[in-house]
Amino acid sequence: MLHIYCPHCAEYREEEEFRPKGEAHIARPVAPEAASDEEWGTYLFFRKNPRGLHHELWYHAAGCRKFFNATRDTVSYQILETYKVGQKPSVVAGQSSNKGAAK
Amino acid sequence: MSDYAQMELNPRGAVKSESPLAMTRARVAQAASPQEARVLICEKAFLGHLVLRGNADDEAFRAGVERALGLALPLEMGPLSLDEARGISIQWMSPDEWLLIVPAGQEFAAEAALRGQLTGHYAVMNVSGGQTLLELSGPCVRELLMKCTPYDVHPRHFPVGKGVTSVFAKSSAVIRRVGEARWELVIRRSFADYLYSWILDAAEEFGVFVASGEAARSAARDAARELATEAR
Repeated sequence: MLHIYCPHCAEYREEEEFRPKGEAHIARPVAPEAASDEEWGTYLFFRKNPRGLHHELWYHAAGCRKFFNATRDTVSYQILETYKVGQKPSVVAGQSSNKGAAK
Repeated sequence: MSDYAQMELNPRGAVKSESPLAMTRARVAQAASPQEARVLICEKAFLGHLVLRGNADDEAFRAGVERALGLALPLEMGPLSLDEARGISIQWMSPDEWLLIVPAGQEFAAEAALRGQLTGHYAVMNVSGGQTLLELSGPCVRELLMKCTPYDVHPRHFPVGKGVTSVFAKSSAVIRRVGEARWELVIRRSFADYLYSWILDAAEEFGVFVASGEAARSAARDAARELATEAR
């Protein structure tokens, strides 16, 4: 089982308390009525599936019931950081890929 | 005579069989007295449970709650604001949500006091009918909890006065430690019968006694003394 750090509870908790909610940082088109079908379709349905660093949205379902973001390595399953929604990740693909991402 | 295969579905004695209504008659072997039990279960029914929501960064909101209840609003996960003498507690549930528990019959006054002191964007909701509180006491409660929740209940990680929400018996519960050997569970009404059966079943091996309030409190005092002696 993974221990995941919840940035709201400020504590490591069991994976069992959390639910993954897919890719993070998906921006909604500013003017949906003006968006083309392709833009809207991309926003709704198309998700990244990287091999390596991935920024994800997680939900602390059995704890504080808040959403937060996690940077996870999809190969090793290692969670490199968790941060609140609205914040920027400090670990970004390319810039620090050798730092421990593929431990 | 035709060829047929028949199976004895319920061979007498070989397999324990249960009626579909077995749960309503859940029976475990109870200890003969509270003194012999290592786990005491006591429901504190009809307490006033209120959910308070607001902005923790707002000085006026925090001050208003303190004026209304005489207790500080906890600003982080873990430590309960607890006034045992008045039977009032406030627990951090999430960054903008708190659980307030007051003695039976005081929920209406508590809500009115909060509404009298708070202004702006906040919410107070009386949820007393939706949940209940179980008090678990005795020297083996920690071992019982270890069977039920993935949360670390070791004293080093779960000191007296801490409260958390976590997974409990595949459902969820608010777990609070209010004394050395005294814990509280806040459970949802719809899960109450399931969780009660689960807890009884899990506690059977330690010796369990379902007690009235006073018996549970005196046994908790004995258990705390026992734990203190063990620690020495």
